[in-house]
Amino acid sequence: MNSPKLQRLTRYLLQTLTAISIVVLGVLSNSTSVLAQDDAANQIIQDLASELTHKKTASRLVAIEKLANSNAPKKTIWLEAILEGSLYMRKEDKRMVTVDKNGSRYSITDAITGEQLGEEKKRALRKIKINNSIRGTIRNALGTIALTDPDAQKRNSAVIQLFGATNGEVVEQVRELANTETDTQVKNSMLTLVSVYDLKEGSVEQKKAAMSYAEGKLEGELVNALREISESDNNDELRLEAKRILQVVEQKQKWYARAETVFFGLSLGSVLVLAAIGLAVTFGVMGVINMAHGELLMLGAYTTYFIQQWFPDAIAYSLIFAVPAAFLVSGSFGILIERGVIRHLYGRPLETLLATFGISLILQQTVRTFVSSQNVAVVNPTWMSGSWIINPAFSLTWNRIYIIAFCLCVFLLLLLLITRSSFGLQMRAVAQNRQMARAMGIRSSRVDALTFGLGSGIAGIAGVALSQLGNVGPNLGQNYIIDSFMVVVFGGVGNLWGTLVAGMTLGIANKVAEPMAGAVMAKILILVFIILFIQRKPRGLFPQRGRAAES
Amino acid sequence: MMTSNQSSLVLDRTMIVSLLLLVAIVPFLNVVLSSDSPFYVETYSVTQLGKYLCLALLALSVDLVWGYLGILSLGHGAFFALGGYAMGMYLMRQIGSRGVYGNPDMPDFMVFLNWQELPWFWFGMDHFAVAVIAIVLAPGILAFVFGWFAFRSRVNGVYLSIITQAMTFALMLAFYRNEMGFGGNNGLTDFKDILGFSLQDDTVRLSMFVASAAFLLIGFIVCRRITISRAGRVALAVRDAESRTRFLGFNVDNYKLWLFTISAILAGIAGALYVPQAGIINPNQFAPLWSIEIVIWVALGGRGTLYGPIVGALIVNYLKSWFTVAFPEYWLFALGALFVFSTLFLPRGITGLLQKEESA
Repeated sequence: MNSPKLQRLTRYLLQTLTAISIVVLGVLSNSTSVLAQDDAANQIIQDLASELTHKKTASRLVAIEKLANSNAPKKTIWLEAILEGSLYMRKEDKRMVTVDKNGSRYSITDAITGEQLGEEKKRALRKIKINNSIRGTIRNALGTIALTDPDAQKRNSAVIQLFGATNGEVVEQVRELANTETDTQVKNSMLTLVSVYDLKEGSVEQKKAAMSYAEGKLEGELVNALREISESDNNDELRLEAKRILQVVEQKQKWYARAETVFFGLSLGSVLVLAAIGLAVTFGVMGVINMAHGELLMLGAYTTYFIQQWFPDAIAYSLIFAVPAAFLVSGSFGILIERGVIRHLYGRPLETLLATFGISLILQQTVRTFVSSQNVAVVNPTWMSGSWIINPAFSLTWNRIYIIAFCLCVFLLLLLLITRSSFGLQMRAVAQNRQMARAMGIRSSRVDALTFGLGSGIAGIAGVALSQLGNVGPNLGQNYIIDSFMVVVFGGVGNLWGTLVAGMTLGIANKVAEPMAGAVMAKILILVFIILFIQRKPRGLFPQRGRAAES
Repeated sequence: MMTSNQSSLVLDRTMIVSLLLLVAIVPFLNVVLSSDSPFYVETYSVTQLGKYLCLALLALSVDLVWGYLGILSLGHGAFFALGGYAMGMYLMRQIGSRGVYGNPDMPDFMVFLNWQELPWFWFGMDHFAVAVIAIVLAPGILAFVFGWFAFRSRVNGVYLSIITQAMTFALMLAFYRNEMGFGGNNGLTDFKDILGFSLQDDTVRLSMFVASAAFLLIGFIVCRRITISRAGRVALAVRDAESRTRFLGFNVDNYKLWLFTISAILAGIAGALYVPQAGIINPNQFAPLWSIEIVIWVALGGRGTLYGPIVGALIVNYLKSWFTVAFPEYWLFALGALFVFSTLFLPRGITGLLQKEESA
């Protein structure tokens, strides 16, 4: 019963094995033959040696064209070496060498094998002389070579380098390459290049075709070329068509510009929310005016700085460690301040304000005296830089995206802590009715200290984020304290959601007003708006209701 | 209650007498005594003392609203600065064609900015009378408008403090702008004359000192009149139990508004007297930090008394001058410690100690 199956299985296995071995052998033999082929192809430089070093520019140009059109794998390196003036011929054996000048000494390397050949005197070598026409030829050749590079990224940048080129031959070449191009990004760049050329130089038919390609595209070069046509082309039909397309494009651009403003606003809003949210806990929940809040932010930023100083090899991870460290540093300072000073001033909010202001002065001066009165340099890890390009008219920088995400994380964690944990419950109980909370067995003074520590710790975390955006110096806290208070008061004291909405609203409002009024005026307008708003609604956007509001 | 009233009466009178003595003695020590006498006072020190007296008047104005009305203003520096700017504008116009650019119609900074004509709010500022009106009106109107909105909508306590701070911060940002027409971040400086007399002249400087002392005295007496009047009693009631006072039928908002405005005008006058002696006014005078510093003079001296803030202002500013020469690094430590110390251990200020001893 079993034997036919078994046989079939064995046969199958054998077949597979043979196939594999054939493939492996093939690859091996192939690779050796590739190497041999390479060497043969590279030999061309030796063949061209006398032509390359020829006195006449024309002969040298011919040789360079030959070299560029050859299939020698090393031709890019050689062409670049000629451009730099480091490709020479050794006179005695006509061997082509690359030269590493070290003062008056010339240490030489074989151009094909890369074998070190020791040092030579200048006299023993002949340089491949270059002039402007040779430079131009080599650059074009290098561009063409890069256009067919197996790496799509390199191909793309080669195309982008060609933008603005008026050389018809190159453009025709790109037009052909575009037909066979498989990578969509590279193909897109190529078509853009060709269309821009057609729009500028092409016949009416070519222009029409290019326009229908350009319709709905946002690439700046295309838009500029269209604008040129809409303004100065002789053909009325083309002009009108270009205008129509431009209108659509400009509409799109306007929308993307608006989206970008909102994005900038959200990221500024996130900074404001981060700076204010610790205050929303200490001021909002406890009713304590902590003027040292800004300095707790500053401590968080300096914690980041010190972690980077102590572990310079791990910058990429520095922020991940800085977050808990800053929470602990600022949090414990907060508890210290609460136990040492604020505890004695409960029920006297104006005095608390003054005392904490004194603390803020002391903290500032401590940093000035013991660290530096100058700003310190906090490094941005590489993963924070760069941007996410959605289309040519709209890209978002990563650091802003991270700030928004980080802000939302901190907000949600804090919200969960306050609404879902037993500590949060105790915190709210003490805030609403201290006497009753104590009667239920809550150690209110311990809760006070921990709540203040929590608010301060969150300020520390925010400081880590702020260290990535602006200057870190003794004045960092001063720059944020007024904004933070504005956000909390605007949003409504004792309401975390209010703080989030207020921060984001103010951030967006600021960015919307900025282009119209200038950065400083925008800030002044926002401040005046808040002052007026508080007159209308003294308890902010989302006032607390019920008994808690009475105190 | 009686004893504390009597003791405050005694202390108030002591303050009046000592201010009068100051006006009499300092010019004597400066002018009559020869420079090698051990009691001789240099003109530099006279000007210094004159500046302190202006700051004392500023502290007095803060105390009028904080100590007697319970409004902690963190923006009184703004009123001081507005008075100062009004005076500064007059002094700028007094320079005439002696500026660097020699333009008789415009101050240097406007020439520098290529302005063609004087902005409207500079017109008339070359007359002293107009300047005096501006000194009173600029802070007065700002305080009136601000107070009218704030008090009517019952913004009080820390909220009011925070928005006064926002107000002075917004003004600071505005005055930093060159487009505002107040000299941008350099402010107004290089003054030459006041009323036609050179500001460098010793007699003029002595007169400025006497004027500062006189206005402090007048301010003191005005504040005293107000606080012992019926309005002053109502103010105290507002401070201690605002809702109750309201329910008793008093128009709380009006009392607050007028006291706040008077206080702002006093602060403006202090600024106007301060600027010719300091020789400069710039947007830093609007900085929130500085406005809070004023509050600490009052807190340290003792709020709710009229002599307290004067004592506090003199002590803190003398300390500041001494520290910034002797230990510039440690001034902020000292100031910070002063904030914490005075709120924790001296809730009634230094003069509170004095009063306790007397009443005991």
